Amino acid sequence: MTEKTYTCIVCPKSCRVVLIDDGDKRSVTGNGCKRGEAYALNEYENPMRMVTTTVRVTGGEPGLLPVISRGEVPKARLMACMAELYAAAACAPVKQGDVVVGNILGLGVDIIASRDIKKRTQKEETV
Amino acid sequence: MKTIKTDVAVIGGGPAGLAAALEAKKLGANALILERDFELGGILQQCIHDGFGLLKFGRRMSGCQYAQYYIDAIEKEGVAVLTDTMVLEITPQKKIYAVNSADGLVCVEAGAVILGMGCRERTRAQVFILGTRPAGVYTAGQVQRIINMEGYLPGKRAVILGSGDIGLIMARRMTLEGIGVAGVYEVMPAPGGLTRNIVQCLEDYDIPLHLNHTVVQVHGRKRVEGVTVARVDENRKPVPGTEKRIDCDLLVLSVGLIPENELSRVIDIKIDPVTRGPAVDADMMTSLPGIFAAGNAVSVFDLVDYVSDTGERAARGAIRYIRHGASAGDYLPVTAGENVLFVVPQKVRAGDEAVDLYLRVKRPLRNAAVTVRADNDTLRRDRHAVVNPPEMVHVRLERIMNGSAGLRIDVSGEEAL
Repeated sequence: MTEKTYTCIVCPKSCRVVLIDDGDKRSVTGNGCKRGEAYALNEYENPMRMVTTTVRVTGGEPGLLPVISRGEVPKARLMACMAELYAAAACAPVKQGDVVVGNILGLGVDIIASRDIKKRTQKEETV
Repeated sequence: MKTIKTDVAVIGGGPAGLAAALEAKKLGANALILERDFELGGILQQCIHDGFGLLKFGRRMSGCQYAQYYIDAIEKEGVAVLTDTMVLEITPQKKIYAVNSADGLVCVEAGAVILGMGCRERTRAQVFILGTRPAGVYTAGQVQRIINMEGYLPGKRAVILGSGDIGLIMARRMTLEGIGVAGVYEVMPAPGGLTRNIVQCLEDYDIPLHLNHTVVQVHGRKRVEGVTVARVDENRKPVPGTEKRIDCDLLVLSVGLIPENELSRVIDIKIDPVTRGPAVDADMMTSLPGIFAAGNAVSVFDLVDYVSDTGERAARGAIRYIRHGASAGDYLPVTAGENVLFVVPQKVRAGDEAVDLYLRVKRPLRNAAVTVRADNDTLRRDRHAVVNPPEMVHVRLERIMNGSAGLRIDVSGEEAL
């Protein structure tokens, strides 16, 4: 039997939700509403998270491009996504929404640029 | 000296200033943004995490994406922008003196001014951390900028003092970038940040949160070598015998934000001692006619969406001021009642319509009622399952009636702790 306690973050009530898995079925207690049950089951079975980090960008200012996943990825694969993105790079100019890494790790989620980065002009290069 | 004439001059190109300038331009006025950084966006540009824009856009954006939306719109609408431009002084006559390397000294003559300078982080000196002064003591926002925009890691192992949202966000960010986070130490009995950040930034990564604890000493001469933490009593005094040394090379401070009003103070704009920003009316106008303020320069908001809303509101007020002069009628005070720390705006006028009130509670309550009264009449009573000090409460009033002596807001409910 497994017992897990979660703080539900669906609304500000922050219910302490307890999930018990006895092998056959899963029961949830402490939730103030239906959404709390769904939250706990999700967290237990397949927690998902957004990926946000930066990748190197050449020829622009600043030298880092913030990126964000178009949807959530399994929490267990978050660090693998980070490693993949650590090795990635982009080249200015970049537009917000440009795909930086498509279908990351085969998870079906694109990683996109989170802002524009303009190409550095000739004048700035010489400064 | 170069002189620029504009209808609305906006100081600061962060979320408040962007929204204000965009709204002013859409309403047919000329708007000019003065920004000291090399680009627009303000602190949003270093907020690469998501959670922005839920109220205004109905989806979870990163801070950068939220900023990009406004920057694109500002460009499309043709709002004038001066970046790398530092405002030195403003006058009650709505002249702005600024300096940049292309124009030298610039004088902006504006029909109305909107202050959007945002806020600053409290530093080590403001929380009285004694001891040596080694490298490696940073505010959370500084660490955010160093990692997310400049691409450096400022240390290998961190202790975080304070559980404000930026500190929690940075606990996760540092962990993802390979900096070990030994723990978060909070002097108060409750976290300073939102619950969802406690869960998704600390619990997800098994980072311990120690409430009722503080840092009492920083070790190291040239570089931080460690800190001593201790438990505190109910008066926030360290308890002797509870000290513990933690080895680290980084101390990150997330100990609160203060509206930035160096420019406002010089011309004696009235500052609310609680919010530490200008006391404003329902149009976000300060005590000086024609000078408005928006966003975190007024009071520290929890959501950027509210910051943008106050910018738009200030722009509408500014344009009405330019076209019709200051509104007539006496101000009615807005009073922070039971369990209310402050309310923005601090004053309203009879006849004001669609007034947004923003307030913070002093302590958490469950099954709470937020009651707005004018004299003895209850104008509005909103139910909230929970109210928490880190989360701002928003109340919309359709119209302020004549004949009232002022508004008073109380929050009652069951004790949550």
